[in-house]
Amino acid sequence: MPDATGLELIAREVRERVADDAVVGATLAHGQAMLEVRPETIVNVLSYLKHDAAEPFDFLASLHGCDYLPEEPRLGVHYQLLNRVRVERLGVKVRTTVEEPEIPSVVDLYLGANFQKRKVFDFFGVIFTGHPDLRRTHMPEDYEGHPQRRDFPIGGEPVLFTFNEHEGPYRDA
Amino acid sequence: MEITRSGNGAPGDFRASQLRARQMLRGDIEDTELEEYVQSRLLVTTFEKAQSWARSNALFPLGFGLACCAIEMITTLAGPRSDLSRFGAEVTRASPRQADLLILSGRISVKMAPVIRRIYDQMLEPKWVISMGACASSAGMFNNYALVAGADKFLPVDVFVPGCPPRPEALNYAVIKLQDKIQGHPDMGWRQRYGAEGTEEVA
Repeated sequence: MPDATGLELIAREVRERVADDAVVGATLAHGQAMLEVRPETIVNVLSYLKHDAAEPFDFLASLHGCDYLPEEPRLGVHYQLLNRVRVERLGVKVRTTVEEPEIPSVVDLYLGANFQKRKVFDFFGVIFTGHPDLRRTHMPEDYEGHPQRRDFPIGGEPVLFTFNEHEGPYRDA
Repeated sequence: MEITRSGNGAPGDFRASQLRARQMLRGDIEDTELEEYVQSRLLVTTFEKAQSWARSNALFPLGFGLACCAIEMITTLAGPRSDLSRFGAEVTRASPRQADLLILSGRISVKMAPVIRRIYDQMLEPKWVISMGACASSAGMFNNYALVAGADKFLPVDVFVPGCPPRPEALNYAVIKLQDKIQGHPDMGWRQRYGAEGTEEVA
């Protein structure tokens, strides 16, 4: 893991090599380094971290979606990178709004991101521009909505338990 | 149809009946004696009853699993402890054309439901469905947007088995209940109510 100093060095390198305003923030929480960048720079940042960095993070371990309701911007996409030589992990995060949930795709950089991006699109509705085949993976193709967003109703059918039995059909019995 | 055995099952009984049959074939038994012999050796029933008796004792489950209950189903079908071949229902078939029992073993997602319905339609009549476990019967603990709460929303179910997962004995009992149903009440009218008659996909 990069420590606080290492993370600051990575952030400084990204600012110098990619863009001055590319990095929004860098946090170290629970021993995990996380770099938040602006969505439009994500391709350049990951390209730098993969190819040009002194200690390259050449492996995308995983990619997640996240909904930060009620914070704005609500949607987030996390890229968990791994340096396989030093066994160091670095998180890169981008945030985007529900109204314009568009993030450039990095499938050209990390091929393994393909299906994980499709899953994030399926569950959170993040649109990855430039993705070769952005279809749903889990839900039916004609499903409406993105069910892992936190304002999406959980669905299912009401079940009577002891805490809500007074609302049910047996309350007069 | 019930088969009762006469005699006390002593070791000599079998030998005695064999000798009696030999006498009959030789033509040594005549008139009222022959009449009595024939009555004691024949079983009389209707064709429908004999047919449903045969069907109920030769159920062919489809080799089809949905989730964790499928593991339990496999051990119940083929495991030595609760061997379903005792009830004639252990021959799993890999093709819906050859199977006549569909065991829904696990949660049914909204994406899987049309697939299951198609498999059900591909099975030839007569066919029966067992909904195994809480998930297949009512979505169970996964009561959310992704699942169909209850398999009977899209196909007719004969027996619901509670449990998460059900004990092997429970699935055995469900098969025995289904056999009772096939023998005693082959059709209680619900297939018409579900519109489940003549839905086979044959082409």
